Amino acid sequence: MASIFDRSLKGVRAPHRKNTMDMETRRMPVPEKVYICMSQHMGPPCDILAEVGDEVKVGQIIGDSGAFLSAPIHSSVSGKVTGISEIIMPNGTRSKTLVIETDKKQTLHESVKPPSVTDRESFLKAVRAAGLVGLGGAGFPAHIKFNPKNLGEVDTLLINAAECEPYITSDYRTIMERAGDVLYGVETIMKWLDIKSCIIGIEDNKPEGIKKLRDMTKDMKGVTVQSLESRYPQGAEKVLIYETTGRIVPEGKLPADVGCIVNNISTVAQLAHYLRDGLPLIAKCVTVDGGAIASPGNIQALIGTPIREVIAFAGGYSKEPRKVLLGGPMMGVSVYDDGYPVQKNSNAILAMDENQVEGYAETACIRCGRCVRSCPMNLMPLRIEDCFNRGDNEGLMACKVNLCIECGCCAYSCPAKRHLVQMHRLAKQRLRQDQQKKKGA
Amino acid sequence: MTQNLVVASSPHFRAEGSTAAIMRDVLIALLPAQIAAIYFFGAGALLLTVTCAAASMLFEYLYRRLMHLDGTVGDLSAAVTGVLLAYNLPAGIPLWMAVIGCFAAVIVIKQLFGGLGRNFANPAIVGRIVLLLSFATQMTSWPIPGQDGVTGATPLGVVAAMSNPETASEALKLPGYLDMFLGNIGGSMGETSALALLIGFGYLLARRVITATEPLAFMGTVFILSWALGADPVFHLLAGGLMLGAIFMGTDYVTTPTTETGKLIFGVGAGILTVVIRLYGSYPEGVSFAILLMNIITPHIDNLTRIKAFGGVEE
Ligand code: SF4
Ligand code: SF4
Repeated sequence: MASIFDRSLKGVRAPHRKNTMDMETRRMPVPEKVYICMSQHMGPPCDILAEVGDEVKVGQIIGDSGAFLSAPIHSSVSGKVTGISEIIMPNGTRSKTLVIETDKKQTLHESVKPPSVTDRESFLKAVRAAGLVGLGGAGFPAHIKFNPKNLGEVDTLLINAAECEPYITSDYRTIMERAGDVLYGVETIMKWLDIKSCIIGIEDNKPEGIKKLRDMTKDMKGVTVQSLESRYPQGAEKVLIYETTGRIVPEGKLPADVGCIVNNISTVAQLAHYLRDGLPLIAKCVTVDGGAIASPGNIQALIGTPIREVIAFAGGYSKEPRKVLLGGPMMGVSVYDDGYPVQKNSNAILAMDENQVEGYAETACIRCGRCVRSCPMNLMPLRIEDCFNRGDNEGLMACKVNLCIECGCCAYSCPAKRHLVQMHRLAKQRLRQDQQKKKGA
Repeated sequence: MTQNLVVASSPHFRAEGSTAAIMRDVLIALLPAQIAAIYFFGAGALLLTVTCAAASMLFEYLYRRLMHLDGTVGDLSAAVTGVLLAYNLPAGIPLWMAVIGCFAAVIVIKQLFGGLGRNFANPAIVGRIVLLLSFATQMTSWPIPGQDGVTGATPLGVVAAMSNPETASEALKLPGYLDMFLGNIGGSMGETSALALLIGFGYLLARRVITATEPLAFMGTVFILSWALGADPVFHLLAGGLMLGAIFMGTDYVTTPTTETGKLIFGVGAGILTVVIRLYGSYPEGVSFAILLMNIITPHIDNLTRIKAFGGVEE
């Protein structure tokens, strides 16, 4: 039994802390070495297509895979491959990584030229060749998103410019600095995928961005800019689809099943860039901020640059960092080591100081229901926890823990500081193992 | 190279607020009723509250200590239990009896079931019921405000007596609404002043500690049902432990439903039970029993009112 009472008040009003909103993107010079990791997308890692000692150039494909959910990886620099090492990913797995010593000349590879796009097929090929992956933690390749089975039923292109995570302003900077690219990208996608309407969703804490986009899209047919209430997580895919179109993506389905294709605004700008110059995804604009950062800002860094160097370029640490995040504070991942490289889906580097890293002592759940009231997916984390502790897998399924988008609202608002998101991840893992076992048996 | 970075699961950000802060808000919300109680029943009312709070915290401390569990006195939940129990007792009750109530509440109902969050019933309510069943005389000797050493019946007791032909002949008088609203009547120490309790209610709402659903459903049901059954609705709204129960005990997170729909069901159910016990039962007052019964069926209400996941598909 659900009721209207239970529908309101979802998500949380996390503090915005968009300190870097008005800071123009600064371009970082080529570092001495880059570390390009072969796992930057959802599918299996790419095979390395270069050998130690090889000279590589900017835009050259150095990793690719024939697997379904993969995208090619390009060299972001010109220079010499000096080694192939392994890095530990934030999730604990290891990934092969190409170490390239740069020659700082940034010579372009011969393959870097504008692609010729004449029909849908060549468009999709171009998207793949651009190496684009979604910004969500999973790194869903863009060309797969653009090629759903039921393309004919897709009527809306959604551009995600919500940028609901605290601190991060890199998408906002994209709007302010590269709006032309964004709109060119939008136009192209609509044209080749034959989508008639496009909604750009953006949180209302960025009034200038909204105004700018509105002005520029005035004459574009079918394109609307929709201002969204600033409430985390408006930028979560399913939430955005609901807020802009009122459609609900059913369990186990994709956005395309409800007629939507969602793309991040920076991805779209990047796509336009590729279509124009032929330069694939080799650099990212990241917001550098946090309590341990001397001077916060937006930096454009080459993929593979160690985040330590990005921070140094921004002005360095102001004090000893205690936690370094890739991404925002709600969903970002904490890294073991600030030598970790910038990835395709990085949008922020946050260095937290001692005061921002509290050792939250977990206390008993008091069943206050705040986790339930804040969950955008209408889940009941307190019940999930009961089932998890009981080892009740059926209960976990009934609680729909599989629908948890790991947005962190529940844990954010829990007064007992329970590690709810972590518990949900473990619960999902347990269900997956359980299913595998059943299949095997 | 690595600077001892903390690696942890997201989110890396937590809202302000803690269990202790919530309990502190509840204690603050209970304060006006304490002031009213001191005004009407004298300093003994304060002594009773302090004794119960201290005893509850001490029991909690000792139990956690002896069982080698982490200390939880700091979360103030034991203090809240103690204060609530004190409010549910007559101001003149011997302190040692009150301490027994604290023991039943904190040790038996709360800690033996696994501590905060695991108790199936409201500890203070059970503490009160245990005392009521064990020490019926002392538990129903209600000091009359302003008359030292004199005890009498509560308004609800008066009504019960009037409905009984054998006792009805005694000169019985019901207090006016204003006295009932202010708390100038006999009754449990912290329950008599509707005004003070409503101030606390406002504070809890403003601090978003509770939602208004359950208290309004509870009080509204009592009002409408008693009226429908021919009793005086305003009287029943102001009498006995209704406000204290509806605002402070029917909203206890642990022992009441999680969703708003659940809270609504809880409030309506408790309201019906209260009126039925008051009008037809052998006890003049029914709020504690009503809440206890609803506490017991809360897991079922919770099961019935599970909210549907966004986009969830039921097999
Ligand atoms: S927010 Fe935390 S304490 Fe409250 S019910 Fe959820 S898990 Fe329990
Ligand atoms: S349960 Fe999952 S989806 Fe819901 S608030 Fe928590 S992390 Fe977000």
